[in-house]
Formats: sequence, structure tokens, C-alpha cells
Amino acid sequence: MSTILEMRGIEKTFPGVKALNNVNLAVRTGEIHAVVGENGAGKSTLMKVLSGVYPHGTYSGDIVYQGQTREFKDIVDSESVGIIIIHQELALVPLLSITENLFLGNEQATGGVIDWEQSYAKAKELLAKVGLKDPPSTLITNLGVGKQQLIEIAKALSKEVELLILDEPTASLNESDSDALLELLLELKAQGISSILISHKLNEISKVADSITVLRDGATVDTFDCRKEAISEDRIIQNMVGREMADRYPKREPQIGETIFEVKQWRVHHPIHPERVVIKDIDFNVRKGEIVGIAGLMGAGRTELAKSIFGRAYGAKISGEVHLHGKKIDVSTIQKAINHGIAYVTEDRKGDGLVLDEDIKKNISLANLDAVSDKSVIDEAREFKVADDFRSKMRIRCSSVLQRVVNLSGGNQQKVVLSKWLFSNPEVLILDEPTRGIDVGAKFEIYTLISQLAAEGKCIIMISSEMPELLGMCDRIYVMNEGQFVGQFAAAEASQEKIMRAIVRNVKNGEQ
Amino acid sequence: MENNEMSKTPTLDAVPEAKREYAGFLKNNMREYGMLLSLVAIMAFFQVMTDGTLMQPLNLTNLVLQNSYVVIMALGMLMVIVAGHIDLSVGSVVGFIGALAAVLMVNYEVNFILTTIICLIAGAAIGAAQGYWVAFFRIPSFIVTLAGMLVFKGLTLALLEGQSVGPFPRGFQLLSSGFIPEFFADTGSVRLTSLLVGVAAAAILLAVKVHGRSKQVKHGMEEEPALFFLLKNGLFAVAIIAFSYMMASYKGMPNVLIIMFALMVVYTFVTNRTTIGRRVYAVGGNEKAAKLSGIKTERVSFYTFVNMGMLAALAGLIFAARLNTATPKAGTGFELDVIAACFIGGASATGGVGKVMGAVIGAFIMGVMNNGMSIMGIGIDYQQVIKGLVLLAAVFFDVYNKNK
Repeated sequence: MSTILEMRGIEKTFPGVKALNNVNLAVRTGEIHAVVGENGAGKSTLMKVLSGVYPHGTYSGDIVYQGQTREFKDIVDSESVGIIIIHQELALVPLLSITENLFLGNEQATGGVIDWEQSYAKAKELLAKVGLKDPPSTLITNLGVGKQQLIEIAKALSKEVELLILDEPTASLNESDSDALLELLLELKAQGISSILISHKLNEISKVADSITVLRDGATVDTFDCRKEAISEDRIIQNMVGREMADRYPKREPQIGETIFEVKQWRVHHPIHPERVVIKDIDFNVRKGEIVGIAGLMGAGRTELAKSIFGRAYGAKISGEVHLHGKKIDVSTIQKAINHGIAYVTEDRKGDGLVLDEDIKKNISLANLDAVSDKSVIDEAREFKVADDFRSKMRIRCSSVLQRVVNLSGGNQQKVVLSKWLFSNPEVLILDEPTRGIDVGAKFEIYTLISQLAAEGKCIIMISSEMPELLGMCDRIYVMNEGQFVGQFAAAEASQEKIMRAIVRNVKNGEQ
Repeated sequence: MENNEMSKTPTLDAVPEAKREYAGFLKNNMREYGMLLSLVAIMAFFQVMTDGTLMQPLNLTNLVLQNSYVVIMALGMLMVIVAGHIDLSVGSVVGFIGALAAVLMVNYEVNFILTTIICLIAGAAIGAAQGYWVAFFRIPSFIVTLAGMLVFKGLTLALLEGQSVGPFPRGFQLLSSGFIPEFFADTGSVRLTSLLVGVAAAAILLAVKVHGRSKQVKHGMEEEPALFFLLKNGLFAVAIIAFSYMMASYKGMPNVLIIMFALMVVYTFVTNRTTIGRRVYAVGGNEKAAKLSGIKTERVSFYTFVNMGMLAALAGLIFAARLNTATPKAGTGFELDVIAACFIGGASATGGVGKVMGAVIGAFIMGVMNNGMSIMGIGIDYQQVIKGLVLLAAVFFDVYNKNK
């Protein structure tokens, strides 16, 4: 089989640091080639070199594409020969229609006047190719993330793509949307389009990839050919982190006590469309020292449930009761919820969790400023000490707690968010996707912290879209779908299949 | 993200420890030092260009009097901008409060102290009225305060019936044109009290800084290298004493300077050391994160507008007292100077970033340029062109630094 792309001995240096050090990557024509590695391993940098974001001359090494040595000056240059990259952050304009987005910068026009009929017809054709049935006049903002991702691919197809690069395409997709996207990749492969897939989700990679290249610390570690032999996830992980990972989850011996936290008949309406019920009469409880998981597809209402309990941060016309130690508590504002010992670690770390421009110290004290101040005057020394204690306890890797959080890696940022909430001294911790976008090594650290907290007797509610994570960590798992709990499993009897079955059964019942 | 992570790896092993420390600190705090240096450079430039007129005691006193209201409003504007908003109405509020004070004192013969109190409350109420729409109804502050700008400009005209109203009682004029009294008899050409006030201020400032520094060192949280600390604060103290000597050799310290200085100290303390200050930065930096941390973000935004309204009222009183008359034109265009001062001083247009000292220095950069160019005889036309370019250059410097 011929090779469409060969990158040889790529080296790229940023001021003071070598980001890529002798990276080799060979992609065969018509294959799906996965590139994996921890955050910071150099995957994105490599793709930027390939697509011309870092132009020829700023790196050393050769790029041979379709048999010719190429020297791309910019993205336009690489796109003109069919190399198209889809970034993790989607580049769509939310308030323009599908058609307008598909042909953005590539308008179907003569002399600057757009031919709408042709655009529309072509858009329809492209949508059909990616399996979308939405009318091309739909605004992007009205589509889910999964569909938006498909639109990006359709946009790539409109440019006669030959090598498609996808940077973490399924990071924010739920299981069914991810599956649809992977299916599409296989279809494109059948049409002869090669792709490079960057992903953290190893189960997806083993589903579709023909080859896997592992990067670590800016260098190629190994390339596996999946068609010759089956490659186990553990082997990939071992290569990624450079060490044996005996277990992906820390061992824990749960010490579960009496019921502490209870939610009864919780009902929440949509904040903008109050006639819609988002959460339908949910009951659940958490016991002392217990980790309770909430599984479900994206859009099942898990985050909405958590936020509505946390001081009505979401929803309207909320009814139901929250009990702590058997007594009904008032959680009508966020401040009250915090005072009662409830903490909510958001799924959107950068958007909702951190003040990125501020330093670590100020982020940690934010939810409990009163504890580091006297009569509204902040005691900076006390604040510093608190932050510094968390730095060593949580092993936040930074030069000092005066470093701004924007410069930390995802895992360390998450530790800052966790520190902030631990400093508010909670009894009940709601963790919403606590390991999203964090690399394998840091995930293990977060898991360890979570089990320590449970061992200290805290009640943990863990929301996650990664089922293995829930199965590996939780003592009990609730399954949620369309605003209701549709199943509950003890850790010993739960499995991915059972959880999926509970969801599917509910979907079917809903249809009847 | 990836690049950031990697660039942390130190590679400058050859550079000696201390030098690297200085270089790193300078790089992170370039903005602050850059600001101070540019102010000094601009002053030096005009000092030369005006053949020494700029730094003459008389002119320095004028400089303070002319810029006091901009500085005072910049303190409030900084907090509004840090919270992620803007207030375009302050110029009109200055005019309106001046008119209100004039009508009260001249037409109704209300006592000037009572008038001052009424006007400050009125200013806070105006701020509250605008902040209410911004904070609780989420109407963009640009629009609310643009409306406020029109409303209060109109009300000023209505209140004054298109006329200038004045003059004011002597006591009220002292707010702007008065100087602190001299307690020492016959001290020759230098007013000793004023000089002593300056020396005391410098001493207190140094004492506070050294105390803070020793506390930082005790907890191992100092960032600024000792050399910079000594140099900066030493120079600062010397500058304050030199400045007060100049003032003392003319008529002494203007009352307004004392008010301004006191407000600067209070606002620096509030923004750096109090929970409300911290919350303003958090709301501007990431409102959602602040809200989910239990901060009542609406209330924080609301209070920044109330505060702004009150400071605008104070500025209005000072301005009216200085002119000794209230005119329908008073305050026109002030909002632009005030906002420019904040941005020159390093505040971010997207909120969350900005310092009180920055805004004050920004205001003085504008003030020194106004004054210097006027002495040089540059027309008002080109003065505006130059000021506009300086604003653009300052913000460009910010953005360039951030992207580097």
C-alpha cells in the first residue's frame, strides 16, 4: 500500500524549549491513522507543522506528501493540496446558516455575488454525504455539538479533502454522536480518504484505527499496525506515559456510613421554556463516604440536576426537598448551598470554574473569602498559606501559587478547582465530568484524590460520560435519561452493557 | 496550551540566578514599570521642550488642580471597567451635579456643606439608577450609560435654563482653590506644613510598604526582588517629598490634592486587600465562575456603578468650585479622558484586569501631555490627534505583550 504522507525527523523549537524532537509519522493512503499521547506530548504542534500553521522554515525535517517534498507557507497552501484540519474548537459561525458556514471563505459566487441556488444544492449534497438531514438553512446555533462536528467534516469535503486531520473530534460528544462520527470516518475511508485522528479515547481508536502512532515528550515512541496484531489499550497507555500502569483506578475500600444527603421529588423546569420539565421528580441519596455515579447520555439532564440543586444555578419553578442529616435544608441560593456544605465542581473548567487571569491563590480562596479575611479585609499571608498548603497536598505543579492559572495544564487547573471547593469545607461534593480533557497520568491523580475524600467521609456525587470511569470509581451508579433516573446499580453488579440497556429501554418506553 | 506547558522548562541555565530572577520579574511586570517610566519620560520630555516651565511650582499646582477630577473619576471608572462594564455618562453627571449644586446654593441659598452632601447622595442615586438596569436586567452598560449621558446632559440644560449660574459661597470655592492652612508663622518662601505633610506621607508609605514586605518575606511569598523593591519605593518617597517641596514653595498643598491622595490610598486598599475588591476582579474575570463560587455578581456590578456615580458627583463639585460657576457645557467629553486614563493605565476592555495606580498614572500621563502641549503652544486640534495616538499605542503595547 502506498504512503500518502511521510513526516521525517521533524523538529520544532519554541524559545527555550524543544516541542518536537525527531518525530516520524507515516500515513498510508486510505487508512485511519491515530496519533495518541498525553497532553503536551506534541500532537497539536505536529499537526500545526503539517498544516502550515507553522510555515516551512520554522521547523526542520521533511514533509513528503503524495510523493513530493512540500514546503507549506500557510493553511491555504496545505488546503490546496487536500490536507484539511478540523480543530478541537469548532470554527463555525453560530448565527449563520449551515450553507453559509459550509462555503465560508469559499462562497459559490460569480463576481462577488453569491449564487444561493447553487450553494443550497451543493450544501444539500454535502449534508447527505455526512448523513445529515437538517435543512441547509438551519442556523448552526440550533444544532447540537455532534451535528456541528459533522458540518465541519462536510465543510472539509467541500474542499476536496484527501487527508483529513481531526483533533479530538469526540471530546465533547456523547456516545451515540461519537459513534456516528466514527462511522462516517470509516465511510470516508471506504471512499479513499485518509485521515489522522487525534484522540484521548482509546476505545474509539481501537474501533477505527488502522495504525497508531504514540508520541511522548515531543518524540515518536512507537507506531503500531493494528491490522497485523490486536493492540491492547494497556499497551498504548504504557507507551504514552512511559511507565507501567498497574491499575487505571486507585484501589479503595469503601467505608460507607449512614445516609447523609437526600434529594426528594426534585422537579425542575426549563429556564427559558418554563412549560418544559427538565428534571422529573427525581429521588436519590448519598451515604457517608460513598461515591455515587450518575451515568447517562449527553443531554440526559445530569448537569441540570446538579446545578439546580446547587443554589438553583439552573432552572425555573424548582420544587422538591433537599435533606442533610435528615433535616430539610434551604438551598435556594448558591451562597446558602455552600454554607450547608455543598460544592459543585463544574464540567466547564475554563468557562465556569476558574478566573483564568488570576493566580492560583486567588482562585482557591474565591468561594470562601471570609475564611481568609477579617471584617472584609483579606489577610494575604493567611490566604497564601492556605493556597500553598493545597499546592503541596493536591500536588499542583506550578512555580508558586502566585502563578496565573491560565498557564497551567488541564490536570493542574482541575486540581485548583478542586482545592477551591475543598477549602469551602464541603460535606457533599458534586463532581461534574471531573477528568474531562485531562491526560491519563493526571486522571489517576484526580481519582486518587476523589477516593481520599470519600475515605475522609465526604459524600461524592460523580457525573461522567465515561462509563469505565464510573464503573472503576463508584460504589453505586444511578442511570439517568431524559430527566429521570431509569436505573440504579451497585458497583458489583454494574456493567457498561447494563447501563446502556437501562437507557435504551427507557428510550423505547418513551416512544410507545 | 501545549506551548505554555513546555515553555516553563527552564533553559537559561547559563544566566546567573539573580539576573534571571530580575529578568523574569521584569517580564511579568513590564506593564507596571513601563507605565511609571513612560510618565517620567513624558515629564522629562516636556520639561525640556517647555524650557523648564512644566516643573515650576505654579504649573505643578495647576496640573494637580486641572487633573484632580479626572483622577478621582478614574478611580471609580477603573472599578467599573474591571467589573466588565463601562460608564459613558460620567461627563454629563459632572455637569448635572455642578448645576444641581449651583441651583441649590445660588437660587435656594442652601448651606454649602448640606449642598455637598445632597449632591453626593444624588450622584450615588444616579449611579444606582444606571447600575440597576445593567446589573439586574443585563442591559449592556454601553447602552444604559449612553442613555444616561443624554438624559443628564438634557437635565443640566433644563436645570440651568441654558444660563451659567454662579458665583458660589467662599467656603465652597475652597474645595477646589483652597490650600491647607499654614500652622507655622513666617517660614519664608516655603510653607512648612505642606512640606511636612508630604514628608509624613512619604514616611507612612515607606513604613507600610516595608511592613508588608517583611510579612511577605516571613511567609516566603515575596515576588519582587529586594533591589527593585528598595529602588521603586525609595524613588517614590523621594518623588513625593520633592513634589511637596515644589508645592510648598508656591502656595502649599491644594485641598483637592489631599482629597485625591486620600481617595487613591483608600481605593488601592479596597481593590487589593478587601473582599469586595477581590469580588469585583472575579466578576470581571469570569462572571460565571464568580457566580458559581457564591458571589452575588449582580450586586457587585451594581455597587461599582453606585460608587462611580458618587465619585462623578464629587468631581462635579470640584469642577464647579474651580470655575466658580456652573455652565451647561461643564463636563462635556470628560468621560473620554477618564476612560482613556484607565486603558492607558493597563485596564483590560474585557474586564478583570486593571490597577488603581495604573489608572492614576494614566490620568497623569494625559494631564501632563495636555499641559505640556498647551505650554508649547500646540493647538487643541493636534493635541487631540496626539492623545488619540498615545492611547492606541498604550493599548497596542498591552496586546502585543500579551500575545508574545
